[in-house]
Amino acid sequence: MPKEKEVQNLSEVTVRFAGDSGDGMQLTGSQFSDTTALMGNDLSTLPDYPAEIRAPIGTVYGVSGFQLHFSSNDIHTPGDRPDILVAMNPAAIKKNISELKPGAMIIANTDSFDRKNLQLAKYETNPLEDNSLEGYEVYPVPIGSLTAKALQGTKLSPKEIARCKNFFALGLMYWLFDRPVDQTMNWIQKKFAKKPEFIEANTNALTAGYNYGENTELFNTRYNVEPAKLPKGIYRSISGNEATALGFLAASVKSKLPLFLGSYPITPASEILQYLSNYKNFGVKTLQAEDEIAGITSAIGAAFAGNLAITTTSGPGLALKTEAIGLALMTELPLVIVDVQRGGPSTGLPTKTEQADLLQAVYGRNGEAPVAVLAASTPSDCFNMAIEASRLAIKYMTPVILLTDGYLANGSEPWKIPHVNELPDIPVKFRTEKEGFAPYLRDGNLSRPWVKPGTPGLEHRIGGLEKANTTGTVSYDPDNHDLMINLRAQKVKNMVNDIPDLTVDGDMEGDLLVLGWGGTFGAIKEAVIKVREAGYNVSQAHLRYINPLPKNAEYVLKGFKNVLIPEINLGQLSKIIRSEFLIPVKQLNIVRGLPFRVSDIENKIIAILGGKE
Amino acid sequence: MADQMIEVKEIKLTAKDFATDQDVRWCPGCGDYSILAQVQRSFPDLVGIKKENIVWISGIGCSSRFPYYMNTYGFHSIHGRAPAIATGVKVSRPDLSVWVAAGDGDLLSIGGNHFIHACRKNIDLKVLLFNNRIYGLTKGQYSPTSEKGKITKTSPYGSVDYPFNPVALALGSNATFVARSLDRDTKHLHEMIKRAADHKGLAFVEIFQNCSIFNDGAFDILTDKKTKDDNVLVLEHGKPMLFGANKDKGIIMDGAKPKVVEIGEGKHRVEDVLVHDENDESPMLATLLAHLTDDPAMPTPIGVFRQISKSTYDGDVEEQIASVKNKKGEGDLEKVLFTGSTWEVN
Repeated sequence: MPKEKEVQNLSEVTVRFAGDSGDGMQLTGSQFSDTTALMGNDLSTLPDYPAEIRAPIGTVYGVSGFQLHFSSNDIHTPGDRPDILVAMNPAAIKKNISELKPGAMIIANTDSFDRKNLQLAKYETNPLEDNSLEGYEVYPVPIGSLTAKALQGTKLSPKEIARCKNFFALGLMYWLFDRPVDQTMNWIQKKFAKKPEFIEANTNALTAGYNYGENTELFNTRYNVEPAKLPKGIYRSISGNEATALGFLAASVKSKLPLFLGSYPITPASEILQYLSNYKNFGVKTLQAEDEIAGITSAIGAAFAGNLAITTTSGPGLALKTEAIGLALMTELPLVIVDVQRGGPSTGLPTKTEQADLLQAVYGRNGEAPVAVLAASTPSDCFNMAIEASRLAIKYMTPVILLTDGYLANGSEPWKIPHVNELPDIPVKFRTEKEGFAPYLRDGNLSRPWVKPGTPGLEHRIGGLEKANTTGTVSYDPDNHDLMINLRAQKVKNMVNDIPDLTVDGDMEGDLLVLGWGGTFGAIKEAVIKVREAGYNVSQAHLRYINPLPKNAEYVLKGFKNVLIPEINLGQLSKIIRSEFLIPVKQLNIVRGLPFRVSDIENKIIAILGGKE
Repeated sequence: MADQMIEVKEIKLTAKDFATDQDVRWCPGCGDYSILAQVQRSFPDLVGIKKENIVWISGIGCSSRFPYYMNTYGFHSIHGRAPAIATGVKVSRPDLSVWVAAGDGDLLSIGGNHFIHACRKNIDLKVLLFNNRIYGLTKGQYSPTSEKGKITKTSPYGSVDYPFNPVALALGSNATFVARSLDRDTKHLHEMIKRAADHKGLAFVEIFQNCSIFNDGAFDILTDKKTKDDNVLVLEHGKPMLFGANKDKGIIMDGAKPKVVEIGEGKHRVEDVLVHDENDESPMLATLLAHLTDDPAMPTPIGVFRQISKSTYDGDVEEQIASVKNKKGEGDLEKVLFTGSTWEVN
């Protein structure tokens, strides 16, 4: 009988699963996350994988990682430094060691620490044996061979058996953190419904991993993380891309407009197209276009035809769509463009996160082409902002850009699911009255009428050439052009009366306001909490509407001696804030393709408040 | 209100009903006038299509002003993108009759990608190519259909580009209706527009169009009374491919190559001449005919090269939606939101 294991209570843990890109680390991580969410913990995840689908085995650049931060408290980031690394091979250690917390636990698959893999990871000696991991708690587990043993007698080939080892590792982690295996068991049943031999093998591997923890002398302690005290409600775990897709589906239902998505696959935005292609029974039409330009222009066609039209992309795709965004603006059609920002410029870091498309979104077009720009702040906020972007586009008959990013897109968090009847309706009015009709008439919001082709008597022409206000005929009149330029700009400015004020977490005035936008919300929030715990007074505000800026933004910012803007770019919001309000701002810019570490922001805040900056 | 309803008889529209109040601003003598006139004349005859259900989409170029002159719904967009915008209109609203007016630069150069993919997907669009073999609106640069060696403002020593053969390109992209006509052959053009309108699927009509300013006379050999009979082969379904003023020339196959022969006593018999089959499932014959144009010794065919029946992209999308709805029931957002692994916090 194994001796009774000690149970230690923890308030929060950061785990990173790492292995070859074919090792199934994303799957392992997301399964662990789903189970952890079901256990009632608050959590935040960060998948971090190479752009290569199956990068050469064993290499450092081929390492795929999945980080998960879970807690019995409210948390906002995937964690700065892991407490535990599950390393499926030497390269996983090489790549991650510098990021681990001092004294972190490393569970290493010893089977892959052979000469070849050590060489591929550029280790001269085995780190598990040469004392180089002194200071860490290393648990050597022959995951590969234990999996093979557990699957003896199955019909699977040795290669297929080897691919089950991630479930062994997952089982072991479930044991270590006292989580049930049921959720994953159910998932395996569903996933491999047509391949019973894989159900058996993966289930056995999972159970074997769990039992190994129970029986081995290696682990003496299990860890318990109590459920978090989240507001009452029904929850699910959701990623930003899924939330974005569901947000548009909801906007379609609440506006009673059919949803049309024109899109071209691009990392990390493709999933939105994938998710939405599932909802055919809502009448959703997803068109996988021949290129980025056809993605947006087909959506413009659909908007003209009377649909809730959207297009989804990432930075390079937004660049390609630029001219068409101008067309949507000029023809005054409602359109939502989603840019899931990734590392740039050019192809950049396709699978990594960044916030460097802000100026492209706000300014990047020929001519005076003001476009509303919104930015989601957390994975689940993508749902709200997709609805908001749709609402504003329809009401003001103009394109709206919604910015998310790779971290939001792939990261997940628990989401208190709203009921459909709690979501606001999106009013839509199609013009049908013939009397007094002109295509560029203006309503109180300065929006022109939306007419569905097929409406008798309202046949009209729109286009990219400048139009005479009201009549919509082609016009080269200088004064009309000046008028139209201003009208189009005013429509976007008018939205300021239609968006929420900027809220401040903390005092309304003081020494320092940390102002963020988009996906950095969690990291800034956590940094602010930490420095407050250390006795500092600091306030936080976060922009989800960037063009136009909230009405009270200037007032809020001017209440503070210092404004710090952390961004994963070289200071793009800082530029906008300076130029809009003529106030000095302090910048924190780290562009590593990764979310901010909380400590980076913390240190900067303390430096400013300590008078060192 | 029912008692106030007045019985409205369907009034037959005329060409004038399709004209707008806008001044037509093409150059004097431009072939576009003729195309506009034939479109306006043929549209009242389109069966089962209401005026308000017609949408004209264009890109950029002289011919792309077309929608402004048609009293239907219209969208003058950006360079090259008309087929993609039209795709969005048609796929989202299959009840509309969607037409694209495009020039050779617009459709085959900057918009080439959209064009071939619209053909490939068999989207139910009617695409009229106004092919004048020159960039007109930018004032005379060679186009993707200009002949090699052409002297233009950007090719003062002669263009070194090989041109596209638009009919061959459309056939190669699996367009289900491919035709060619001439701006000056109004009767034929009228007929081709109606045939395109009647086709379910992507209908492509290449119209040789004279640019009176920058490429005047490019198609004279096909339109001049003196030369046209010997140089134009009018394709007619089920009929032998004869041409010449007295129909005394014909196309026969010499092995795998087409050849022009004389018909008459002591010469070839009409029975030897190739018979046109628009509906041939194989694109071989149509492709062979498309390439006659490449050979100066051969006549230029006009008419319908190919018309086959195939399900359309927009129709298949509707069908798929209906079948998924049938299987899963009408979408229920509440259900979707609360589906999957959920948990309750009390």
